[in-house]
Amino acid sequence: MAARVQESAFDLGAELAGFGAGAGAVVSFTGLVRDEGGRLAGLEIEHYPGMTERALEAFGAQAAERFGLTEWKIVHRTGPMTAGEPIMMVATAAPHRRAAFEAAEFLMDWLKSRAPFWKREIVADGTPGTWVAAKDEDEDALGRW
Amino acid sequence: MTTLDVLYFAWLRERVGVPKERIETAAATVRELVGELAAKDEWHAAAFSDMAAVRVAVDQELSPLDAPIKGAREVAFFPPMTGG
Repeated sequence: MAARVQESAFDLGAELAGFGAGAGAVVSFTGLVRDEGGRLAGLEIEHYPGMTERALEAFGAQAAERFGLTEWKIVHRTGPMTAGEPIMMVATAAPHRRAAFEAAEFLMDWLKSRAPFWKREIVADGTPGTWVAAKDEDEDALGRW
Repeated sequence: MTTLDVLYFAWLRERVGVPKERIETAAATVRELVGELAAKDEWHAAAFSDMAAVRVAVDQELSPLDAPIKGAREVAFFPPMTGG
């Protein structure tokens, strides 16, 4: 039961070592920085310190209650990162797979539209690019929960 | 009058020119606060020119424009979120 915000990269294997011990099912999702066909060198992510941690803890607690999770974890990076690097991860542990899968999707849908992070492109020559616009489909995805 | 910290993130921060400012306000709601802020100068006016593109948090909770700000310590303005 942990939410963490950090600038440094994380190691998925290390994050999952021992995670969900005793559960029947563990699901993890990792988001990676896209290079958008070579156009981008990476991303820079700004966030709202304080509100971010509160929001992630709240989403985790909601997911745990709704899907009967035995454990959950969210790690999200901020600051500059290079294409191909991990941006964030969620992991869920439950007695059975369906709850673990659904809880991971629930966390991702909430995190994308309701956690105070903002992505900005870093274009291939290293100059700051535009702020990434929110997608309607990400907002719409919340409707199914 | 209430003393508030107003925070800006992403392109709102860039348009206003500062990440945070402490203000004295008589506003009762976020909407009234936006009206006061937008009247300060052209940079604030630019930041608040399209409120459909602005989200609000009162004391770190997402809030509607008509939310009261009585007793609040900080109000943040930012674009729709793009985490994940």
